[in-house]
Amino acid sequence: MQEFDVIIIGAGPAGLRAAKVLAEGKAKVLCIDKKQEIGVPKRCGEGFGLSWMERLGLKPDNKWCLQSINGAALYAPSMKSVKIDFKKVSGYIIERRVFEKELAKEAASKGAMIRTKCHASDFERKGGKVIVSCAEQGENVKYATPLIIAADGTESLTARKLGFDTKIGLNDIDSGYQYEMANISFENPHFIHFFFGKEIAPRGYLWLFPKGKNCANVGIGIAGSEPKTAKEYLDKFVKAHPGLRNGSIIEVNAGTIPVGGFLDELAADNLLVVGDAAHQVNPIHGGGIGIAMEAATIASGIALKAIAEKNFGSKFLNQYTVQWYETRGNKLKRILKQRHMLEELNDNNFETLAKSISGSDIMLIAEGDLKSSAKMVIKKLVKHPKLAKVMLKYLK
Amino acid sequence: MTAVNDRNKCCYCAGCPIVCPVGAIELIDGIVVIDKEKCTNCGACVKVCPVGAMSIKR
Ligand SMILES: Cc1cc2nc3c(=O)[nH]c(=O)nc-3n(C[C@H](O)[C@H](O)[C@H](O)COP(=O)(O)OP(=O)(O)OC[C@H]3O[C@@H](n4cnc5c(N)ncnc54)[C@H](O)[C@@H]3O)c2cc1C
Ligand code: SF4
Ligand code: SF4
Repeated sequence: MQEFDVIIIGAGPAGLRAAKVLAEGKAKVLCIDKKQEIGVPKRCGEGFGLSWMERLGLKPDNKWCLQSINGAALYAPSMKSVKIDFKKVSGYIIERRVFEKELAKEAASKGAMIRTKCHASDFERKGGKVIVSCAEQGENVKYATPLIIAADGTESLTARKLGFDTKIGLNDIDSGYQYEMANISFENPHFIHFFFGKEIAPRGYLWLFPKGKNCANVGIGIAGSEPKTAKEYLDKFVKAHPGLRNGSIIEVNAGTIPVGGFLDELAADNLLVVGDAAHQVNPIHGGGIGIAMEAATIASGIALKAIAEKNFGSKFLNQYTVQWYETRGNKLKRILKQRHMLEELNDNNFETLAKSISGSDIMLIAEGDLKSSAKMVIKKLVKHPKLAKVMLKYLK
Repeated sequence: MTAVNDRNKCCYCAGCPIVCPVGAIELIDGIVVIDKEKCTNCGACVKVCPVGAMSIKR
């Protein structure tokens, strides 16, 4: 049986980042994915903020940065919109298939071993090690390691099999559906567009992320508890919009987003959990590429220490939990509150907001700046005390 | 009665296995497999599915 210092389950952004950092630290690392091709199919709107790229040391590369973005438009049900113009490039719509392959090539060049069409199906703790049973291109194989990094996305089978409860309630999950569309028309290809309203996307939103002038990811995320399907809402929207109605669908993507908060503990004996598997996504907009890669970087740092000290116990590995909450987790917990605010707003509220507040006001709220947001709400919503009251409840 | 999966509609998004409160669903080789013995017909998988591929049938 082949042995590795670390085995990473899942070669998405989180797993591939971990593979790179660990290989750079001279660990013997295997990263496996059940997919036949890395990055395909995507479960993603492909929006990636520039500040995240900078934080992660990634240079925007024309190979995968398809469309530069310098603003956002938020639409109330009547299509009245609030525009947030950053006046400079603030992010990109990327081609995830290419992005992930580049991450994989980089990790491999540092010495990580990557395997696709390799499904980890069982895990057994034995003598301080974990034996991973895999179906690799039709063959049953076993690998051994003292440390597993579970980077296997929302499905999170690895953590579950190793004793974690990763189940999610219907209220804490968004059900997502998306068409990559071609030959469509929309307002501004340098803006990302968000549509709100009960009839459009109950307790969620619908997005249009441009990939060039006439192509876009048009997708929706709605509460998992909604009786109607995400597909029904998306189809209704596409039909109702002349610019989209006659477009072609060149890819269909379905996925679920764990928006209701993250695991309290991110490590156990022989195990670190990162990315979607640990529910590490932004609770308001569901973005998770950057967050997953940041968490993987932190986890890998602890993994390298664990290898050096030969300590794979829960207590040691949970240093990752502490570090992650300090750098990101606590901030995301505050943002989770804002999500609950969004859930309470009705269609009339959205219309009022579209008329009363500006793009920079929205940024205050989205960035979790509670004090300034509360001040803004009091000032701008004097004529709408009921709405102001609802919002102020969450801005404490 | 048990939950059933329509393979023609399913996009393998892995939504249903994570919400099933009794762990009756697994994605095996890209296919949704339901353990009829465990299923309690609670309907959580039906609700979360983005494409309506799950239903409760006799
Ligand atoms: C509809 C939708 C739209 C989104 N839009 C955006 C967006 O615009 N911007 C953004 O930043 N984020 C977005 N997200 C979230 C983002 O896609 C995720 O947060 C991100 O992919 C998390 O990365 P990850 O590496 O943790 O998991 P994943 O990318 O899900 O990777 C997990 C990998 O593990 C593999 N795997 C699973 N089980 C096993 C197993 N047993 N054995 C081997 N391999 C296994 C899977 O095949 C997969 O490749 C969106 C999500 C959805 C569903
Ligand atoms: S109906 Fe409930 S118990 Fe049965 S498979 Fe679906 S989620 Fe699980
Ligand atoms: S939630 Fe629906 S689309 Fe997703 S895996 Fe289950 S049955 Fe398939």
